Amino acid sequence: MSTLTEAPPPLSPPAPEQKPPRRRGRWTPYWLLLPGILWLVVFFAAPMVYQASTSVQTGSLEEGYKVTWHFATYWDALTEYWPQFLRSVAYAASATVLCLLLGYPLAYLIAFRAGRWRNLIMILVIAPFFTSFLIRTLAWKTILADGGPVVGALNTLHVLDVTGWLGWTSGDRVLATPLAVVCGLTYNFLPFMILPLYTSLERIDGRLHEAAGDLYAKPSTVFRKVTFPLSMPGVVSGTLLTFIPATGDYVNASLLGSADTGMIGNVIQSQFLRVLDYPTAAALSFILMAAILAMVTFYIRKSGTEDLV
Amino acid sequence: MAFVNWFKRHVVVIAGLLTLAYLLLPNVVVTVFSFNKPNGRFNYEWQQFSTDAWKDPCGVAGLCGSLSLSLQIALWATLGATALGTAIAFALVRYRFRARGAINSLIFLPMAMPEVVMAASLLTLFLNMGAQLGFWTILIAHIMFCLSFVVTAVKARVMSMDPRLEQAAQDLYAGPFQTFVRVTLPIAAPGIAAGALLAFALSFDDFIITNFNAGSTVTFPMFVWGSAQRGTPVQINVVGTAMFVIAVLFVLVSMVLGNRRNRRKA
Repeated sequence: MSTLTEAPPPLSPPAPEQKPPRRRGRWTPYWLLLPGILWLVVFFAAPMVYQASTSVQTGSLEEGYKVTWHFATYWDALTEYWPQFLRSVAYAASATVLCLLLGYPLAYLIAFRAGRWRNLIMILVIAPFFTSFLIRTLAWKTILADGGPVVGALNTLHVLDVTGWLGWTSGDRVLATPLAVVCGLTYNFLPFMILPLYTSLERIDGRLHEAAGDLYAKPSTVFRKVTFPLSMPGVVSGTLLTFIPATGDYVNASLLGSADTGMIGNVIQSQFLRVLDYPTAAALSFILMAAILAMVTFYIRKSGTEDLV
Repeated sequence: MAFVNWFKRHVVVIAGLLTLAYLLLPNVVVTVFSFNKPNGRFNYEWQQFSTDAWKDPCGVAGLCGSLSLSLQIALWATLGATALGTAIAFALVRYRFRARGAINSLIFLPMAMPEVVMAASLLTLFLNMGAQLGFWTILIAHIMFCLSFVVTAVKARVMSMDPRLEQAAQDLYAGPFQTFVRVTLPIAAPGIAAGALLAFALSFDDFIITNFNAGSTVTFPMFVWGSAQRGTPVQINVVGTAMFVIAVLFVLVSMVLGNRRNRRKA
């Protein structure tokens, strides 16, 4: 009889977090999940389905729309707005690269070199978040103003000649040019690059650097062979966190750009809120979503960190 | 040569500080221009020093109304998202159940989706339902997009918690409720607070999703957006400066208090 009361030996090595069996708790996880998941299903997943159906509807605002499986909307939207799509990807990609180039030294500084200033610098990175990003973006209008110190300096250094030749700026202006939009995007999404970079850099054991140095690696070699590879998770999540929102952004292009720098977000916004052409707007936002998902999947495969997401 | 060597040694620090300057430059401009007395409707050019706007921050029609509306929405959205998100985080970390993978991706997707796509699809739903756009639709949207961030923040904290502490509490005859309130909740509190703070900041500052789902209701970011077209009052810079200063003070105070508590424990 004793064999019945004794617990059988565990088949696998016992994990320390193994919990005692609970008879009452079987439904607990579902009750905990229910309200939040319901919220996401109703207000996130269902709207996506609604939007999918809207994109294949035809009709007019007065007579109402009907699902007619009119896929031509996708084709029409794509042929009409491909420049804005390309521009969005180009601007977002430039901003992401700039964020990486600018953000890496700062993240590195906070992680390894800041010492007792670390907390202060962290606060200065995060605190601007609390000033409305629209106010801060408008401040760029002052900074990049025609005839202002920034434009003056760029002019004296003949930088504007080069950027004008590349098509990034036009004449003596920076405002209302692609350069201004990319500058605003870079600024707005920089913290989203710095924080994941910092997190992954901070995890690196400093002794690895010392070991590499003891093996006669130059500082640049230590960075190339040890630090950078180990910070890859941060690089990947940082680039995703900047690239995805930057592609859909329309605030920078509206406030700092001109009619020639419109991004796809501007088109979606005006189709939805001003033109009221819902099927086209829905098709556009679906193409954007699909394009981003495709690019992100490709990128994650390439960078070999699939376990990250 | 000495300079070149010095530069080589400190190149990371210099580059990092330049980036920090780039990040803070707009805040400096916002602060300086809160003391401007603009000539005309737009506050983009420096004219002359004045403290008028600081003496009368509500002097512009609609500004303080939109500010208080944004605060209310952010407060309710924070409460809603934190409650729902904390429950999800606990369920995901502490229990094994079916559909975990599906639920994890449902949590992840809103963070990976461009805002404009979420905003547009939610508007499609509201239009189809014939919902009245305004306070409630904004609140629903804000809870929706803050939820995932709260789950992520709380999950990180709960994952690093030692479950044996709770078992110990139960061994000492604490009931499930007592264990939760006196052991689990205090340990998870920093994670929940981080999630709540993030939710508050995200909701208060959100423009794109609000712009789609607000109807004719005007939140503070929407007021700023409108003023970029009509003319920007100096009071906007006053609010921006005040928000920055309050945020810095808040973080400094909480850090000092945290340090003191740690020292007392040690």
